[in-house]
Amino acid sequence: MLINHPLLGPRDASEFIYKGDAALIHRPDPTAPDAQEVFIDYGYLRDNPAGAHRELWFHEQGDRSWLVVTRDTVTHEITEVELARDVARREGRSK
Amino acid sequence: MRYSGFKVIKEALTGHRGWGPAWRDAAPRGSYDYVIIGGGGHGLATAYYLAKEFGQARIAVLEKGWIGGGNVGRNTTIIRSNYLLDGNEPFYEFSLKLWEGLEQDLNYNAMVSQRGILNLIHSDAQRDAFVRRGNAMMLNGADADLLTAEQIVARYPFLNVNDARFPIKGGLAQHRGGTVRHDAVAWGYARAADQRGVDIIQNCEVTGFRIEEGRCTGVETSRGFIGARKVGACVAGSSSRLMAKADMRLPIESHVLQAFVSEGLKPVLPGVITFGAGHFYCSQSDKGGLVFGGDIDGYNSYAQRGNLPVVEDVCEGGMAIFPMLGRARLLRMWGGIMDMSMDGSPIIDRTHIDGLYFNGGWCYGGFKATPASGFAYAHLLATDRPHPTATAYRFDRFAKGRMIDEKGMGNQPNLH
Repeated sequence: MLINHPLLGPRDASEFIYKGDAALIHRPDPTAPDAQEVFIDYGYLRDNPAGAHRELWFHEQGDRSWLVVTRDTVTHEITEVELARDVARREGRSK
Repeated sequence: MRYSGFKVIKEALTGHRGWGPAWRDAAPRGSYDYVIIGGGGHGLATAYYLAKEFGQARIAVLEKGWIGGGNVGRNTTIIRSNYLLDGNEPFYEFSLKLWEGLEQDLNYNAMVSQRGILNLIHSDAQRDAFVRRGNAMMLNGADADLLTAEQIVARYPFLNVNDARFPIKGGLAQHRGGTVRHDAVAWGYARAADQRGVDIIQNCEVTGFRIEEGRCTGVETSRGFIGARKVGACVAGSSSRLMAKADMRLPIESHVLQAFVSEGLKPVLPGVITFGAGHFYCSQSDKGGLVFGGDIDGYNSYAQRGNLPVVEDVCEGGMAIFPMLGRARLLRMWGGIMDMSMDGSPIIDRTHIDGLYFNGGWCYGGFKATPASGFAYAHLLATDRPHPTATAYRFDRFAKGRMIDEKGMGNQPNLH
């Protein structure tokens, strides 16, 4: 698989470390009253769809940036690659 | 029909006209006591033990495709019980004992071959860890044997013992481990279950669950509604997709695991060998092909095919311990989809929905567990209590901090 890095262009997937579902960007509020239940879901439960999947890849053997890759889990086709930083900012995660 | 040597001779002399189908092609009835979703090894074993050990009747196994077409026909056929943790070892030892009596029990030649499995040791620290594992195995009634490098050379002279990077310093052997003809496991259980009245319904895809007031009363399928007192999901690899139909999210990611087989060779490899410094394991099939595999690819996939970096990694591991592998040509490679759970261990448990049960999360260790998984799942379905060897395989172990993490990797499925 080739991942079209937004800054570096196409890079082999073996340069990357796979982290999993991009929903992990949204770490729950640890001070919320239901934090314990929400963190159990966050830590252990996954949607695991067959089809389009937004997921986190870390460019360990490259520029060490985190990417959000949209990939089809049935065909391995990659349709979108963004910097996780940009996604997180757009979704109000970090300022 | 009972299979026997006498029957083979009789049929050989009479033109093989007396063989019938091994199981009926059953059509679904309107309702059953037990509906097992998934006609793989585990589902068929569950149905068989429900009928045989727990005396249950009116059982159906629903299979989307055909019997033996999923992971039970796509694995590397190894059986063993060399686990460390208390939650695992008694279960896998129970499974190995069931393997030992399987062929007589099923009246089916599954080619159970206890040719032994050897885990290689490459460092002093690893020897310490394997001594501990061997002791844990023996405490649970399994066999374990620590071999020196000299003993290993005598048995496997082709191993690259003096490799500069990964010298072989010994090994932990389990002589009762070995291989089984994987397709025959599916066929043997299917035939034996069918003979006890189980309906095996192929080409029947479950499209939804009928849940009324918190109770599962049956399944919607591509061949109509089928009512059931109890429904058991048993579709490892696709568990998340199936349970999503009951609005459940699971502690599971689906990953692809590749396997490889070389061209047929004369007998060169007398047991199963695993590399201790990378991930590579190999045995030789009775047809002569070297069957080997290694790590999962490491990303979510339902594709049943992997990518080249893992092919390279597996072959490097193989070449590190037996360079003769480089002279054999690769004949076939394929991929299967694994339920990778958050701690690398399976789940056999009730769900929060009455009448709906779950068996999955087998990671890449499901084949060796087939008999015990079926037995324990049948026990749970019939009695609503977990089998004594499977009490740790609960859904709530993640919330309660009681994970069964053989490798101590944490909740990252692609590291198990």
